[in-house]
Amino acid sequence: MEKPVIQIESLTKVYSLDSHRRVDAVKGISFSVKQGEIFGLLGPNGAGKTTTIGMLTTRVRVTSGDGFIAGISIRDEVAVKRLIAVVPQQNNLDRSLTVRENLIFHAKYFGVPKQEREQKADELLEMMGLKQRQDDYVRAFSGGMAQRLMIARSLMHEPKILFLDEATTGLDPQSRRLLWDKVNELNAGGQTIFLTTHYMDEADELCHCIAIMDHGKILAMDTPGNLKKMVPGGNRIELELKDVSDALIDGLQKLDRAGEVNRRDEPDKVVLSIHGDQTMMAGIMRVAQQAQADVLGVKLHQVTLEDLFIHLTGRRLRD
Amino acid sequence: MKTFAALLQRDITVLIRDLPEFVVRIAMQPFLFVFVFGYVLPNAGQVQPSYANLLLPGILAASMMMAGVQGTAIPLSQDFGAIKEIEDRLMAPIRISMVVLEKIVMGTLQSWIAGGLVFPIAWIIMRNNLSVHVQSFITLFVLLFLVGIASAATGITLGTSISPFKIPLMFATIIIPMIFLGAAYYPWHALGNVAWLQKVILINPMVYAAEGFRSVLTPKVEHIRQLYVILGLLAAITVLSGIGLRGFVKRAYS
Repeated sequence: MEKPVIQIESLTKVYSLDSHRRVDAVKGISFSVKQGEIFGLLGPNGAGKTTTIGMLTTRVRVTSGDGFIAGISIRDEVAVKRLIAVVPQQNNLDRSLTVRENLIFHAKYFGVPKQEREQKADELLEMMGLKQRQDDYVRAFSGGMAQRLMIARSLMHEPKILFLDEATTGLDPQSRRLLWDKVNELNAGGQTIFLTTHYMDEADELCHCIAIMDHGKILAMDTPGNLKKMVPGGNRIELELKDVSDALIDGLQKLDRAGEVNRRDEPDKVVLSIHGDQTMMAGIMRVAQQAQADVLGVKLHQVTLEDLFIHLTGRRLRD
Repeated sequence: MKTFAALLQRDITVLIRDLPEFVVRIAMQPFLFVFVFGYVLPNAGQVQPSYANLLLPGILAASMMMAGVQGTAIPLSQDFGAIKEIEDRLMAPIRISMVVLEKIVMGTLQSWIAGGLVFPIAWIIMRNNLSVHVQSFITLFVLLFLVGIASAATGITLGTSISPFKIPLMFATIIIPMIFLGAAYYPWHALGNVAWLQKVILINPMVYAAEGFRSVLTPKVEHIRQLYVILGLLAAITVLSGIGLRGFVKRAYS
């Protein structure tokens, strides 16, 4: 078992709006993140994700509980800041500096020696596809370029953990995809990444481990595959037909692993829903043929993290 | 310390890059003021030539104050209120209070540059009407030192308490009154007939700056005693740095 690189114990944040009103943004959460992992905190806006990342990155003061980054308490701000890097949602690049200077000065803040920082800047500009723009000012940068530069900047001091706080929000699909590729590339090189997102596809695609957060609590935490197994029923196949015969339903129910067959009548068709995955497709088609059913279509419904969220909370992720 | 030096180097790099703009911004208003009140009007017989002696210390104080306040308050207000540029420096491996200290150092530096720029301009324009005798260079440097810090501390306090959308309002309600009610264009003792105002403006650090420079450059003009000037400036620095630091920390954490 690898040693956790982030360890959180009963971490709590209460904001006092005034003497009467308070908001419990994070309610005593505990979890750990392994070295080399892409860990995702998934939840709707207002779930407490950004507050959690804020506490881990020393920018939000902890109300109670504690967190440890590579064994160092997050209350020891300066020591923790040395080990981490943060890429926020909002562009916070230094507009008075050029692309390259943004990287160089960041490295200087961390005391990276000159030769090393120049070499690192070259590498990262190349990797992020920004080499051509290195002497431009960042004022006119698009969202995607700014985000890539912020990632490059964050890597200048070789952080032990890279935090991405809703880093792809507001990006066009192409830039988002590119960013995902970069995240995977970095992780393949051994970089531990902690990200928050409210996009379930992003969490599903990128993360090795996901914690689902809502109203300041962690509702579930596991690998994407295991999380999806928590949804009752799991994957299902929907068979769309002109009409349904008893023979067909009988046949389907007798299929291996198939549980209950649910029938749903729609204006111009009948839909039969069968629990199972793509491996049952052939069997279902065979039964349909034998029963001489008039098949209009077949759809495979795979469980998503969204289904899990609905199962856990009764709400959609993006309500 | 490496981090502190790097933060300072970043600000100096940006300042040097914007130097022409900085110089125009800092020097234009004092230049016009000195030109009109220290040169044009005395030559036109509208203002007594000896007014130049009153004006020089006041203009020096006003320029330094403006430069220090503008150099810290405006960027800080924008940083915290809108563009969040300072985030990267807040994430640098250094205590937040050291980031504030760096800002004060930078504001002080800008204030000194302003002083160093305006003083010769004013001198050259008004030289025929001036009778300046530097009483003590040590006192002058102590005053320059303190006024610079006081201006930066004022800027930190304003910058962390005012939203970027309220910057024009800040000029109208705080900075302009500070200058006009700061004994820059008249000696504090001349307000003897408006006693209430004379007392009220003692909360304005500008008064101590202007009167302090008067005491060392044109000591013949009646002025507040140097001891009180220095105490006033020290009090302003202590109180305003304290408020500024608290404001900064409050904005830096959520």
